[in-house]
Amino acid sequence: MADITKLQSIATQVRRDVIRMVHAPASGHPGGSLGCADFFTALYFEVLNHHPAKFTLSGEGQDMFFLSNGHISPAWYSVLARSGYFEVKELSTFRLIDSRLQGHPTPAEHLPGIRVASGSLGQGLSVAAGAALAKKLNGDKNLVYTLHGDGELQEGQIWEAVMFAAARKIDNLIATVDFNGKQIDGPTDQVMSLGDLKAKWLAFGWEVVETNGNDMAQLLEGFAQAKKLTGNGKPVCILMRTEMGMGVDYMMGTHKWHGKAPNDEEFARAMAQLPETLGDY
Amino acid sequence: MKKFVSLGNKDTRSGFGAGLYELGKTNPNVVALCADLIGSLKMDDFIKEHPERFFQAGIAEANMIGVSAGLAVSGKIPFAGTFAAFATGRVYDQIRQSVAYSNTNVKIAASHAGLTLGEDGATHQMMEDLGLMKMLPNMTVINPCDYNQTKAATIAAAAWNGPVYLRFGRPVVPIFIPEDQEFVIGKALQLTEGTDVTIFATGHLVWKALQAAEVLEQKGISAEVINIHTIKPLDEEAILRSVSKTRAVVTAEEHFMNGGLGDSVAQVLARKLPTPLEMVAVNDTFGESGTPEQLMVKYGLDTPNIVEAVQKVMARK
Repeated sequence: MADITKLQSIATQVRRDVIRMVHAPASGHPGGSLGCADFFTALYFEVLNHHPAKFTLSGEGQDMFFLSNGHISPAWYSVLARSGYFEVKELSTFRLIDSRLQGHPTPAEHLPGIRVASGSLGQGLSVAAGAALAKKLNGDKNLVYTLHGDGELQEGQIWEAVMFAAARKIDNLIATVDFNGKQIDGPTDQVMSLGDLKAKWLAFGWEVVETNGNDMAQLLEGFAQAKKLTGNGKPVCILMRTEMGMGVDYMMGTHKWHGKAPNDEEFARAMAQLPETLGDY
Repeated sequence: MKKFVSLGNKDTRSGFGAGLYELGKTNPNVVALCADLIGSLKMDDFIKEHPERFFQAGIAEANMIGVSAGLAVSGKIPFAGTFAAFATGRVYDQIRQSVAYSNTNVKIAASHAGLTLGEDGATHQMMEDLGLMKMLPNMTVINPCDYNQTKAATIAAAAWNGPVYLRFGRPVVPIFIPEDQEFVIGKALQLTEGTDVTIFATGHLVWKALQAAEVLEQKGISAEVINIHTIKPLDEEAILRSVSKTRAVVTAEEHFMNGGLGDSVAQVLARKLPTPLEMVAVNDTFGESGTPEQLMVKYGLDTPNIVEAVQKVMARK
């Protein structure tokens, strides 16, 4: 049985890491990172079958995760470090010269946990589909997970991959959509309406699970449902409702903190709302 | 001067198909993908023997490149095949991020490259692919010249660790490279020895360069023909060795002058051994419908064009 309180406490530290990471170089994407802090925490501390100390690019014998919306790298880096992929103190190098923690994730700097670069949107689902096919060829029963922004679904390649995964019956793949309804230029409905997302994924032949990405218990239940649906000839999509900026009051309810770092005064206000639960790096 | 004779005629894409078939038997990690062009890419034999190792991507090239990257990360050696136009320009960003920057072991198999695609016209006649691909860090770029070399290059590409762009063509052309000729990625292949001029040729233009050398011999000009099958990494040593002897250069390729082989050779020479150089290539214009032969004549990629370029560069020595 998962310890919800413990996971919530980790997620709070992840949020604190995120704000500290973008504040130091005065650069990065706090909004989506905060919104997905619970997702990353649940995935890496509860859901994934993985062995951080034995990370391999090929991921054989383990679950694999691909972050398609690479700009929310701060939350991913934090969870990777705190789950043991690399030392927590390295988080202080985010976006600085000579760092393995590039603005957008890349395997080019050999940071454990990262297999393919992302940042240019729309590519991660295709990559994950390929990795899932390889698992089938290898007789590896582990799963492949992805995360996508909802705005990212405006990219055509996503729908090529959605069609491909269903047609090729890639049923060891769980794709999660960070459904926060916001993107750089404003609400997703105004920038480019996604229409009925659930109906779209269903029409393409996927299973769909809906969950609340900022409620740890509901999130774990969503993952459990999704996992149960794998292996039945269809890929699985989790439509995960989140609040961009979750955990820092002035970053919530707006799209304005998508890609902006807080100034010193804003930083202090955020820190006051995010207690240090695991110890700062 | 060493004379080359045609051992028969075949398309280079069939060389790719034969190489892939061979790899299917010898390397269990090799898989193939195609965007609705199985017949054109000559993948049928591989698919027949290994249906479980082939993935039809449909007319969705961007996804095909991404899926290939995912397969490669997981230890497979994917060959992703389509026409050169759709294998490069259409999916440049996918190749840039998921293949080149991520350094995934993806082999991009690009058929119907250049003008000799023929009647389909300019939409499909890719003449900037070598340039697009050679600009990407981590990318190896190979443009073989006949059936045998394409087969050998395909097998060599699978053994090479890292992204490879493998370019070949549609038309039936002479086979003149011996079947047992070793193919070493990044190592130029000297075909004739000469003292007056070096002709660096790639792809379909290699045969024409050999023909031009014979014409030039009759005019008393000794041409050294070197086949640059690997555009990147470029064999600078072979280029400098030959040019320091001949002190005159012609490059020949079925590609735009901008970004092609000539461009790469000129860059090396400008930095290390400034030498008069002429380029046989398409000069900043799209192609059109026509037979491959008509197009090669109209766009200046034929044997007489190489002879003329040699005479021009000799006059500048």
